[in-house]
Amino acid sequence: MKRSPVLKIATVLGFLFLYAPIVSLVVFSFNENRLVTVWSGFSLKWYGELFQNDQLVGAAILSLQIAAVSATLALVLGTLASVALVRFRRFRGKTLMIGMVSAPLVMPDVIIGLSLLLLFVSMEQLIGWPAGRGTLTVIIAHATFGMAYVTVVVQSRLSDLDISLEEAAQDLGATPARVFFDITLPIISPALVSGWLLSFTLSLDDLVIASFVNGPGSSTLPMVIFSKIRRGVSPDVNALATIIIGLAAIGVLIAMLIALRQGKPRRTA
Amino acid sequence: MAQAQKQKHAADTRPWRDPNAIPFVRIEAVSKRFPNGVLAVDQVSLDIYKGELFCLLGGSGSGKSTLLRMLAGFEAPTGGKILIDGEDMAGVAPYNRPVNMMFQSYALFPHMSVEANIAYGLKRDGMAANDIRSRVEELLNLVHLPGYEKRKPGQLSGGQRQRVALARSLAKKPKLLLLDEPLGALDKKLRERTQYELVKIQEQTGVTFIVVTHDQEEAMSLATRIGVMDTGIIAQIGEPNEIYEFPNSRYVAGFIGNVNMFEGVVTEDEPDHVRIRCAETVNDILVPHGVSCAPDQTLWYAIRPEKLQISRERPEGDANFAYGLVDEVVYLGDLSVYYIVLESGMRIQATKPNIDRWDEENIRWDEHIYVTWEGAAGAVLTS
Amino acid sequence: MTLMDSLAADSRPWAFLRRLLAKAGLSGRGLVIAAPMLWLLVFFLVPFLVVTKIALSELVIASPPYAPMIEWTKGGELIVKLNFGNFQFLFSEPLYLNAYLGSIKFAAISTLIALLIAYPMAYLIARSGERTRNVLLMLVILPFWTSFLLRVYAWIGFLKGNGVVNNVLMSVGIIHDPIVMLQTDFAVYLGIVYTYLPFMILPLYANLVKLEDDLLEASADLGARPFMTFLTITLPLSLPGIIAGSMLVFIPAVGEFVIPALLGGPDTLMIGRILWDEFFSNRDWPVASSVAIIMVVALVFPIMIMRSAQDRMEEKAK
Repeated sequence: MKRSPVLKIATVLGFLFLYAPIVSLVVFSFNENRLVTVWSGFSLKWYGELFQNDQLVGAAILSLQIAAVSATLALVLGTLASVALVRFRRFRGKTLMIGMVSAPLVMPDVIIGLSLLLLFVSMEQLIGWPAGRGTLTVIIAHATFGMAYVTVVVQSRLSDLDISLEEAAQDLGATPARVFFDITLPIISPALVSGWLLSFTLSLDDLVIASFVNGPGSSTLPMVIFSKIRRGVSPDVNALATIIIGLAAIGVLIAMLIALRQGKPRRTA
Repeated sequence: MAQAQKQKHAADTRPWRDPNAIPFVRIEAVSKRFPNGVLAVDQVSLDIYKGELFCLLGGSGSGKSTLLRMLAGFEAPTGGKILIDGEDMAGVAPYNRPVNMMFQSYALFPHMSVEANIAYGLKRDGMAANDIRSRVEELLNLVHLPGYEKRKPGQLSGGQRQRVALARSLAKKPKLLLLDEPLGALDKKLRERTQYELVKIQEQTGVTFIVVTHDQEEAMSLATRIGVMDTGIIAQIGEPNEIYEFPNSRYVAGFIGNVNMFEGVVTEDEPDHVRIRCAETVNDILVPHGVSCAPDQTLWYAIRPEKLQISRERPEGDANFAYGLVDEVVYLGDLSVYYIVLESGMRIQATKPNIDRWDEENIRWDEHIYVTWEGAAGAVLTS
Repeated sequence: MTLMDSLAADSRPWAFLRRLLAKAGLSGRGLVIAAPMLWLLVFFLVPFLVVTKIALSELVIASPPYAPMIEWTKGGELIVKLNFGNFQFLFSEPLYLNAYLGSIKFAAISTLIALLIAYPMAYLIARSGERTRNVLLMLVILPFWTSFLLRVYAWIGFLKGNGVVNNVLMSVGIIHDPIVMLQTDFAVYLGIVYTYLPFMILPLYANLVKLEDDLLEASADLGARPFMTFLTITLPLSLPGIIAGSMLVFIPAVGEFVIPALLGGPDTLMIGRILWDEFFSNRDWPVASSVAIIMVVALVFPIMIMRSAQDRMEEKAK
């Protein structure tokens, strides 16, 4: 089948649409002018200003910490959930679990945020824990929806896994736990890595849920950015965006190279 | 009278033997070089006549599927011409060709019922709904699947899918039907039965078939003629028995059936016989007909296992036999295969039909025996 | 030490742990199920019950700002107060109804636009050679890994009065005065389509890449022109992908807050924004909760559509 030129043009326009705003964001981060979109010369001064902004830097560090902890928690819970859903044929509440684990994927952020906040408030009233809102409640909230993403990723890898590998290990005398750590875990590790990265990124990116469940005083990075850009464009946000885009690009590139390298020998074999 | 009619009829079904017959499909020096540089089809010329069931036989990478896809119009030749019914097919899109194809994967549309699949091509032609319905019914009867109209392809067995695919490709009464490994996905028993049905359907409909296959048995039992393909070229074209008994090259002889291949040098080159000195058989090979070759030329003598006889007694004469040791006997029921190591160290095989149920006198493993053959039973090959 | 000995020694700690847990009434299997199950119950299911409870409570000026639903009076009476006033209020006030309808309109139109943009892209990516395909897929996924907030922010710089689009149009001479694009409904559509486009492309791609060339060739072979092949084969077979992608865009777009807040004008009515304002500005937790409840009810149907589409896709994969 020949690809029609219309299709090519449509695709090029589509990618232009995806990238034009991002490119202009990056370009104007090197602009000297305070008026972000009026070019007046190359400068790195906004990057300098960015790193001197204690509020932004502090929020970034806090967000990274929250993201790392919540992603790890999400990874453990999500992997357990995947194993339960894929490997255990039947157990009480399986349908409920399937529903609960996939619902956060499609639930609007405002609802997740509101409901968790109300839960934390009620729990505090009833049992005194968690005392107040802050980093802990944000971590719990992020782990909950991160878990849903981990489950989706790990579940699909796990159900692709040839079950006879696990049976072979059992046949050779390994207990179920040993089979999991010796056979299953190494094979699904790429899915674990991408699941972790996914929930890490989502945590780092979340504004709405954090705004609900966070306490006063400790704003996350998206919260700080949001309050900044509500007041209009500012060049140091462009600089920050450029750094984030750069990191994401490097990360995706590495992931792709790894995937390519892993994929090649399998194809020739 | 009846005899004469039969003969006349027989002559009619073999138009390729008639020098005045006009071929229905002409493939003239067609080549296909893919963008990555691979030359899949190299200057192939081939004439196929109306009503033929022509088999393109070859291994994977021989170019047979590419040739078929060029006939269907999915690939454009990079050289040469394809004429179907006198019309040049260059630049004619697949959907405008008087050709239909049955795909190796069957390519049944999974979201459509059997009926809708078969009717698909008819609808594209704008046929009236009533006519379509009766045509679909007719086709389902032809492939022995009446009553399957409403099924989805996913609800059919492999053999049923194959038949729906056949019905769909026949629906538009194409002048030429291309079949890509039509029996490839079926198991052995089903394949044998379907082979027979396919031939019957071809005879009933009178459509010209071109079948691509890698299975030599399939080709032998289906085809009116076979074209053996090897790395982009046609190695030999002929009727099944021609290809088997008179292969024109070592490749063809080896590709179809089993063969013992002796290499030798011409020592006598006369119009009525040729003598070949062969180290592998130790004794000479004497062929009772002339061969176009030069003196001292190296050539090959290819002989099928069933044309070899084995005996404990030394034959008379000084040629067309060899001495050896039975290395292995494989009993296959209808026949036994003897693997024999000759004095020269060469291992050959000979088959012997098991005519008696139990023969105490049968030659056994580890016996020294003579292998003999008729000089005309093998083919002398120069390439 | 023989191999068997070392294996036995190796598995001993596991066996010990298992016996210990078994004594406590827990198998390894039970733990694997219980841990995620409990977490989801406490932090996902229970919160919805709490929201329901608060939606049925009365607003009071207190901290937290709602009245208890169940009261144990001094006289030993148990009083359960269910206040449906919040819901009555929502339905009587046109603001909320308009916001609901507005959200659905924004989400539906954006989904349609995203589908029209994404389909040719997904089709081309799926039909490309492996190398091109990987690069293009990476280009689709890359924006997803960057910040959502910053991608919305990029459009502010693009659309504002002295932004990139106006500057370009004015320097070319197409317009003389800047067009007002920011803080309009147009900007909200643009923002939703832009940020959710990858969610449309990816499921479509995943579906279209499974479409076999054979089927398209068979259709052409039977006399269908390319456009007819598209209508009768490609489009129906990609329906599950279309549904999955559309729901992945539509559902979160209905509840979107950031995009209308940053790109929309003051009169851009979307329900996510109303909920946010009720909660943070008006501190009316019961009304915010009722808004949330109705939003969930409204989203159950599209979520079910999506699930069945996914199931069908998985079935086909098998």
